[in-house]
Amino acid sequence: MGGQSGYMAVAFDEMNGLGEDLRPAYQELSRWLKETPPDALEYRRQEAELLFRRIGITFAVYGDSEAQERLIPFDVIPRIMSATEWMLLEKGLKQRVLALNMFLKDIYHGRDILRANIIPEDLIFQNPVFRPEMNGQDVPHDIYVHIAGIDIIRTDPDNFIVLEDNARTPSGVSYMLENREIMMRLFPDLFARHRVAPVERYPDELLSALRSVAPHSASAEPTVALMTPGVYNSAYYEHSFLADKLGIELVEGRDLIVKNDEVFMRTTEGLKRVDVIYRRVDDDFLDPLTFRPDSALGVPGLMSAYAAGNITLANAVGTGIADDKAIYSYMPDIVKFYLSEEPILKNVQTWRCREAQDLSYVLDNLADLVVKEVHGSGGYGMLIGPAATKATIEAFRDKLKREPEGFIAQPTLALSTCPTCTDKGLAPRHVDLRPFVLTGSSHTTIVPGGLTRVALKEGSLVVNSSQGGGTKDTWILSE
Amino acid sequence: MLSRTAENLFWLARYVERAEYLARTIDATLRVTALPAAYVGKTNEWDSALLTAGVGANFYDHYEEANERNVVEYLSFSDANPASIKNCIEAARLNSRSVRTALTSEMWDTINSAWIELQAVWSKGPSNREELAKFLRFVQETSLRFDGSAYRTMLRNDAYWFSRLGVHLERADNTARILDVKYHMLLPEEEHVGGPLDYYQWTSILRSVSATTAYHWVYRETLKPWLIADLLILNDTLPRSLASCYSNLVRNLDQIGVAYGRQGASQRHARGIRNRLEHSNMDDIFQHGVHEFIQEFIADNSRLGEIITKQYLI
Repeated sequence: MGGQSGYMAVAFDEMNGLGEDLRPAYQELSRWLKETPPDALEYRRQEAELLFRRIGITFAVYGDSEAQERLIPFDVIPRIMSATEWMLLEKGLKQRVLALNMFLKDIYHGRDILRANIIPEDLIFQNPVFRPEMNGQDVPHDIYVHIAGIDIIRTDPDNFIVLEDNARTPSGVSYMLENREIMMRLFPDLFARHRVAPVERYPDELLSALRSVAPHSASAEPTVALMTPGVYNSAYYEHSFLADKLGIELVEGRDLIVKNDEVFMRTTEGLKRVDVIYRRVDDDFLDPLTFRPDSALGVPGLMSAYAAGNITLANAVGTGIADDKAIYSYMPDIVKFYLSEEPILKNVQTWRCREAQDLSYVLDNLADLVVKEVHGSGGYGMLIGPAATKATIEAFRDKLKREPEGFIAQPTLALSTCPTCTDKGLAPRHVDLRPFVLTGSSHTTIVPGGLTRVALKEGSLVVNSSQGGGTKDTWILSE
Repeated sequence: MLSRTAENLFWLARYVERAEYLARTIDATLRVTALPAAYVGKTNEWDSALLTAGVGANFYDHYEEANERNVVEYLSFSDANPASIKNCIEAARLNSRSVRTALTSEMWDTINSAWIELQAVWSKGPSNREELAKFLRFVQETSLRFDGSAYRTMLRNDAYWFSRLGVHLERADNTARILDVKYHMLLPEEEHVGGPLDYYQWTSILRSVSATTAYHWVYRETLKPWLIADLLILNDTLPRSLASCYSNLVRNLDQIGVAYGRQGASQRHARGIRNRLEHSNMDDIFQHGVHEFIQEFIADNSRLGEIITKQYLI
């Protein structure tokens, strides 16, 4: 590893640019890598893994009975961004999330955007994630998306591109915080040589954002709780981690009860009113009386307490309509419509298979495109044309023809790469970035950084943890 | 705090305490069965180990004979025994996972590391006596570490008190069960026997509550059965005595009562049992019948568990 001999660029590289031009933010890291013997890195990597296992930072993969609890692989080489890059990204993220919130308010109230013919109506009303229960319902301070995770990719040094908006229950922030903890423990020297903006105030920011949106009927000291589907949920570790850091109760549906349209938790001292629920449970499972009657995870009557304005749910119900992949392609128009500004963050060029012209282009170019299910997530059910066999492509073509409105297509992007420890030494691996955007009553904050996910397999573009992706610590340098 | 959290803390502590108790029972039984037959007598020590563990009945659904191999396996590693050491540690970890926010990182680390070691080192069970001894030590050390980290790192609030309630309720149950199985060895009539046989049985009883040295410090006498009974039942200074468990239960329940600003059935019930222990002496107990006394205690103790559950945990 000493040095970067044999480090072959395959795309825009966060450290080396397009060739051998070392980018300024990485100068110190590059020097450090040259000084550090390869086995020292390997040793630290093992140490990091041990720490993760002991702390119990695991996730469950559904349908994988052998490894009920797995570690997300952690790569010890940080991903670094300069202050200037971050400032641009931060501005773009705030703009994007503001537009998402305005869009949601509009969709569930006046629907100006539909009357202006910017988005076709059926895309909203026939969309399963549109929640008619939310029509006309006001939410405190008109905030729907209190916590957003916006997936960002780069293909060159100048642009940040949004790959996906996550406006429902984005996860991963515990990894952002724990990765930093572990990096600081393992590499104190490397930290001393940089000026890395801290991320540790995230829990405080989150708590104050949540408290700021308490309903009017709440007391001056509103009670916030984090609602989890339970220990068997894949992100359970994160739920307990956050509840602990925020100092709030981690509740399950069975801990909550609704009386006279107020929500209470069962405590050792009797019932205690809850004002804000940071819920990490999907809409469908919130309230068996309103949504899925077979769900045991929810709280009967929760939606009626919500309608009565006695409880704030974060994120609000029905935010799925804003991060839906079909809506995604309209995001630049959405930003322009509500803010009369040019979007700072770009979108990936997207073909809407529901439109005849786009569909025929997609069918003609399947081998070069990435095709995604409109309602899919986690990297499941997508076609990566260049990596697929002929047979897979043909099978996908049939699916696409049967239900074109279920799909969108995008070009295969050469995601930027970042140096990563591999069996063969340091090598470029594709990365993305999920910063977390918090919106409270008075302001929007983004802790500098986010979760960098890295596709560990050579050539792979899929960074999802369920598909063999790993994570890196993300460093934003101060000026 | 959430009722479910309190319930998990309470049971977490019970599982750890029970695992340790099983380890000590196996250890004490191994020692006594290693003696020449003349010292042991005709009772099947492995049978009484099952009885003190309170799992005698189900054992025979899975095994023919109560011998060392079968009983050790059943008590420590069997999946068929819901209260085996292995299952206790697994249940403790599952409980810990669901109440992580109420545990200190030291406590979590203890349980999680024990669970990891159980998977990594002990997944096949110990292959010989030496391994077994190592395993039993590992279980006892886990419990010590858990107790120690709770004591040293937990805030003194309801989370701590509910966890202590679990420890002492389980501990009282365990000590009472040993007495229940071995009470006939402790009757004063047996005094005249006083042969080597009883001597080793008595040592074994003391060993299973970690009180061999304590006995000598308290009484400065050779082993006498009624003194052993006195130590295990009435002596408040021995941490595993019924009296000590009840001082602790009453204290922790009182602390909860004060913190919540009200008392209830559990405080009253625990105080009742504590007072009975405080005002008893061994002569009365022998008059009344040790066996009956212990049986009543076991029932009262488990009743307290139900009352606590009803008052706080659901």
